[in-house]
Amino acid sequence: MRILKNMIFSSDAKDLGGNVPGGAFSSAGSSAGAGTGAAGTGTSAAGAGTGAGNKPAGGYVPGSDGHAYRKKKDPHTRRNSLLTIIAAAFVICLMAFYQKNAYDHSYAISIIERSAVYVVAAAAMNLVTGFTGLFSLGAAGFMAIGAYTTAVLTIPTEVRANVYYMNGIAPWLENLHMPVAAAMILGGLISAGFAALIGIPVLRLKSDYLAIATLGFSEIIRTILAAPMMDTVTNGSYGLNNIPGFTNIFQPLIIAAICVAAIMLLLHSSYGRAFKAVRDDEVAAEAMGINLFRTKELSFVISSFFMGIAGGMLACFMRSIDTRTFQITMTYNVLLIVVLGGIGSITGSIIGAFLINGGQEWLRFLDEPLTVGGVTIPLFRPGFRMVIYSILLMVVVLFWRRGIMGDKEFSWNHLLGMFHRKKKTEGGAES
Amino acid sequence: MSLATFVQQLLTGVSLGGAYALIAIGYTMVYGILRLINFAHGDLFMMSGYFMIFAIASMPWFIAIPVAIAGTVLLGIGIEKAAYRPLRRAPRMSVMISAIGVSYLLQNLATYLFTAIPMAYPEIPGLKKILTFGPVTTSLVTILTPILTVVLTIILLQLVGKTKIGMAMRAVSKDTEASRLMGIKVDSTISFTFFVGSLLAAIGALLYFTDRMTVYPFSGSLPGMKCFVAAVLGGIGSIPGAVIGGFIIGISETFIVAFGYSTFSDAFTFILLIIILLVRPTGLFGEAASDKV
Repeated sequence: MRILKNMIFSSDAKDLGGNVPGGAFSSAGSSAGAGTGAAGTGTSAAGAGTGAGNKPAGGYVPGSDGHAYRKKKDPHTRRNSLLTIIAAAFVICLMAFYQKNAYDHSYAISIIERSAVYVVAAAAMNLVTGFTGLFSLGAAGFMAIGAYTTAVLTIPTEVRANVYYMNGIAPWLENLHMPVAAAMILGGLISAGFAALIGIPVLRLKSDYLAIATLGFSEIIRTILAAPMMDTVTNGSYGLNNIPGFTNIFQPLIIAAICVAAIMLLLHSSYGRAFKAVRDDEVAAEAMGINLFRTKELSFVISSFFMGIAGGMLACFMRSIDTRTFQITMTYNVLLIVVLGGIGSITGSIIGAFLINGGQEWLRFLDEPLTVGGVTIPLFRPGFRMVIYSILLMVVVLFWRRGIMGDKEFSWNHLLGMFHRKKKTEGGAES
Repeated sequence: MSLATFVQQLLTGVSLGGAYALIAIGYTMVYGILRLINFAHGDLFMMSGYFMIFAIASMPWFIAIPVAIAGTVLLGIGIEKAAYRPLRRAPRMSVMISAIGVSYLLQNLATYLFTAIPMAYPEIPGLKKILTFGPVTTSLVTILTPILTVVLTIILLQLVGKTKIGMAMRAVSKDTEASRLMGIKVDSTISFTFFVGSLLAAIGALLYFTDRMTVYPFSGSLPGMKCFVAAVLGGIGSIPGAVIGGFIIGISETFIVAFGYSTFSDAFTFILLIIILLVRPTGLFGEAASDKV
């Protein structure tokens, strides 16, 4: 908790400094400066965005769309910082309240924790899909690698015999144990390593071929994990259980905040600008001296690293995993969050993750039989929720293609500007 | 492996391949004309299985089969009208996401309407008749599938190559804008493509599920992927390519299972896909000059 608060304060301090004009491919110094400022606010965006989805809030990001030209200094920096602090403090208090009364609010806590997992996964997918323009459908596979690494290494050694009672455990693994954080990072690294290997052939492909090839790889990873030869490591179809879970609601939130901050930092660096250049026009980017393959590979590998972390978090959240968890549906779920939030907006992904995970729970009443005036309406029975949910998603895809945030990041100026315009119907001078 | 077992497995493989080929044609035609991986095609195939179950419960089989096929075709054309047509000018990624959304919707709808428990596929009289050739025993459907596939492919090739609507389809897939200028009704041509694709998927479903005997909401997603791979393998856009790709995948899958590596039979398909994309992205029969990959 203290860490989170510190990050927010330091980020606000940097906000002022971060508002430096920086060219698209200018000297490393200026873009790095802008980067740190943005990254700091990214953290607070993650922290503030955790308001259970009922109050989408985030930090103000200077020159938030990441474009080079920043015409004038924003006059509202101080107000925005203040708002960020208030929002963050509110969220932290709310979380602390949930944590204190964990017993009564276990349901809300589990939704928030799951949302935190999906925040990381969606931000990672957005990095590669929304910012680099590579339509990759490999999320589930990379998450599986992260989840299995974390699970295998963190199951307490004394219960391992019980977990592996059917197949036995590989001797080298028997006493190999790691703290959760180390295991998650290792999971991310292994996942990134796989991505680096896969990327060499696959990233030469374009759009839909890339999608289907990454999807294929994700299935191959799943098959390998489920293969009989891996039984002594992955426990085959029995799956792994007894994974140590999160003990505190702040753990997943802080991990998610760090990951999102890192992704924001990357996106505001010269690498991030290179990603966007590749997305917008490959030929022009190449003409500007960007190495296409290297840039794509970098984005793909980094995204997979965070996918691996998200997988590790998922393992800790679910506490028991098996390979069926990581079917194509998992990738689709993450993709739909990205689409709803807006392809090319990290804050959008954060809002999307909380909305979708929260929404699935709010729509739960659709699965229960409904009786109005003594007449039972036959539509309401198990499964109806998912139908409504997928219809809503189709509506978003068809009629609201930009999603919640489009390709903009959240900013207080926009949010307040919206209220402003609503109040004064003829006004609307702002932005 | 004795000769009898070999022939037995080969027959199973050819039969599976025939069903795959019929679905793969749907992928290849839609891709050829819209440049879209129709992720919903596999789920359309699954829905066709359910239509048959419900049709045969209330009417004799010779009426039920056309009814189920008609239902599938209507659904296929409806999907195109509702989910792909509004996005005609949208970026390709949006259309693909829409296709994924439709696939998700159909799976959830099937789970809601028919529950996730596998349902028994009805037996169509005569199709499961056991035939014996010396040491090899097989059923009529196993023999019928590849024959029907080949016959339908020949009819389809005539349709695409010799008729006016076929010419329109080829024109639209070459250049949509130019064909619009030449007076071709692009939208109805695309609808016709979906009509043909769904029709073949419905026939494929009939043959596939008669062999498998159960239908469940996810029974379309993996065959769908495999058939797309078959279409890529044969060269996407090429109808004979898709048929040959379907047979190759069906036969190799059957033999992988026969040799006892059933865990890897699905992974094999995707490994094949990646090898093909790397070595010969245009597939076995694809047109060489293009910027598709």
